[in-house]
Amino acid sequence: MAEIRNYTMNFGPQHPAAHGVLRLVLEMDGETVVRADPHVGLLHRATEKLAESKPYNQSIGYLDRLDYMSMMCNEHAYVRAIEELLGIEPPPRAQWIRTMFDEITRFSNHLLWIASCGIDLGAMTVFLYAFREREMVMDMYEAVSGARMHAAYYRPGGVYRDLPENMPPYRESRWTKGKDLKRRNEWREGSLLDFIEEFAKDVDSKIDEYETLLTNNRIWKQRTVGIGVVSPDKALQMGCTGVMLRGSGVEWDLRKKQPYAMYDQVDFDVPLGVSGDCYDRYLVRVEEMRQSAKIILQCVDWLKKNPGHVMLKNFKVIPPTREEMKDDMEALIHHFKLFTEGFCVPAGETYAAVEAPKGEFGCYLVSDGANKPFRVHFRAPGFAHLSGINEMARGHMLADTVAIISTLDLVFGEVDR
Amino acid sequence: MPETFLDQLIYMFFLVLKIVAIVVPLILTVAYYTYMERKVIGYMQIRRGPNRIGPLGLAQPFADVFKLLLKEIVLPENANKFLFLLAPILSLAPAFAAWAVIPFDDWAILANIDAGVLYILAMSSLGVYGLIIAGWASNSKYAFLGALRSTAQMVSYELAMGFALVGVLILAGSMNLSEIVMAQKGGVFDWFWLPLLPLFGIYVISGLAETNRAPFDVAEGESEIVAGFHVEYAGSGFALFFLAEYANMILISALTALFFTGGWLSPFEGVPFLGDTILAEGSIFWFLAKTVVFMFIFLWVRATFPRYRYDQIMRLGWKVFIPITIVWVMVAAVISVFGLIVRGS
Repeated sequence: MAEIRNYTMNFGPQHPAAHGVLRLVLEMDGETVVRADPHVGLLHRATEKLAESKPYNQSIGYLDRLDYMSMMCNEHAYVRAIEELLGIEPPPRAQWIRTMFDEITRFSNHLLWIASCGIDLGAMTVFLYAFREREMVMDMYEAVSGARMHAAYYRPGGVYRDLPENMPPYRESRWTKGKDLKRRNEWREGSLLDFIEEFAKDVDSKIDEYETLLTNNRIWKQRTVGIGVVSPDKALQMGCTGVMLRGSGVEWDLRKKQPYAMYDQVDFDVPLGVSGDCYDRYLVRVEEMRQSAKIILQCVDWLKKNPGHVMLKNFKVIPPTREEMKDDMEALIHHFKLFTEGFCVPAGETYAAVEAPKGEFGCYLVSDGANKPFRVHFRAPGFAHLSGINEMARGHMLADTVAIISTLDLVFGEVDR
Repeated sequence: MPETFLDQLIYMFFLVLKIVAIVVPLILTVAYYTYMERKVIGYMQIRRGPNRIGPLGLAQPFADVFKLLLKEIVLPENANKFLFLLAPILSLAPAFAAWAVIPFDDWAILANIDAGVLYILAMSSLGVYGLIIAGWASNSKYAFLGALRSTAQMVSYELAMGFALVGVLILAGSMNLSEIVMAQKGGVFDWFWLPLLPLFGIYVISGLAETNRAPFDVAEGESEIVAGFHVEYAGSGFALFFLAEYANMILISALTALFFTGGWLSPFEGVPFLGDTILAEGSIFWFLAKTVVFMFIFLWVRATFPRYRYDQIMRLGWKVFIPITIVWVMVAAVISVFGLIVRGS
């Protein structure tokens, strides 16, 4: 009789369920995972080092590319850290816009999550349903910043520009015409805010559609209930944040506990899970989508009533407009200084965190008074979650590992940085 | 029996002609089944499906076939070359051979043998060898896992499927497929789906499992073991597996039509007004229509359900389906013995 040994298997880095470039070395006993050993770093781009070699506001674009599913939330953490060191406070309208776009981002992230989780567990239809809505979210990004994903929209002192007065409609094409064109442009006749409002009002019915496919589906439940259980204590020990923590029933949400932007002025609930398994995390995310829509509607309401500046008038940090430069010597000098050496941040250190869709995304910033950060570190939620995968996957089957990776909501942009 | 050599030659010629007449439409059906799959699932998923090659994308299957056939055949370094090349053929051949005993109409059948059902079961069991050998010969962990999974799955669902057929055999009193169909004569409510309703459901579901289709596609398990047993295959080897899978799906659909919904018999038989028209006559049209309905169900299920986990499939097969089938076989026996339905009325 030959000796029976466990075997190791390379799960990734080229694997459809590895969510990017996760290399998971699995020690397998048949189909059962004995040990899961994540290898990271395949998408390491030295973002922190790059940020330390550039003037402050030139790094915002890198932040989009960390967690490339929740772009504006990353920017928010970085921008908040800079603002804290500079001691400036953006105008309220900018804060409301940030709140709204944080939630739009959360929504878009969870949409992509539900889509990819569905496809990981073999439910492919929900993927395309979710992308139908995600397309509109991308259009909002595009309308406000010009880019569909990597927005670079938040700036120290506010946001890059005010919300546009009109929402670009679809043009007639071979594929979009007649009734179809009219239906797709139905919400796009007014401003961006009108579009967002229509979208957020309607989105509950769309979430119901995903839920019809998944929530009470027996196969879906069999695949997720009791899989990858994280107890509340364990979740705290492993440094889980966001849905990973709330799915286990720990009430911790930075938006409630350490409110930033305008989160203390909006009304929303924080959904909590009970058992900390994949199914609870799924339910929490679905409910968060609904809550996001609720917050978005409140922001739209405020923004419609209160026009105003979206940038500070502080030329030491924010470049003056073209017009001002034409007849103001000082503005011209400021512009020159800002575009050659950037702004200098007073010496000091700070940590600013936001409740990103995946958990606590933080930025630790040390300044020595120069125009570049002395040290910058980003705390990515995914890294902490991934390091707990051995605890979660051990004893489960290979197919469950896929479900666990999926509900960790990993994006390797932020894990590897 | 033919006497002279010339007679034999003519006999062989017509035999080959008949085989061609079955296989060529079958291959074309497979080609357009893939097109149908992409279109149907496309519209279920609010997208359009293929629409670029030819009018309405109708030339898409051919583009795919040519692409696959023109690709290089990659032989993995550590594979067992002979078995690696044999596997796709082994999985395709039974899928086609099973069609020999399928009656398309009461006259259109290649081999009207009395042990038709046994032959079908034998052929569909043989198909699993292609998968096992493919998984083993590839010498890859993913392929091997896929092969193990598909073997276990096929063996367990073969049982449920076999028991479901026992019910049919009891009611029909024959193993000849034509006679099974004729035993269902008399209209929609004389078909076997009604007295054997649980077996009908189990047969369709086991059919999904038997052909490794969603939600039972753990052998391919795209997101777990990438493509399972055929992960190392490219080009024409992959095309053959693909062909076999779809031929099997069509076969299972055709068999469901034969066993449970009266094969080529018309649903309008015995219906007032329509009962005397041409609609009430059994014809190949009805057989094909029923087959297409079941083929559609295969696609519909794929677009709707998530994938089972491997051990859950086993549990469903052994702990749910087999007990139900055994109970219903008893019920079928009772129905048959006490003459609760009149056979072939």
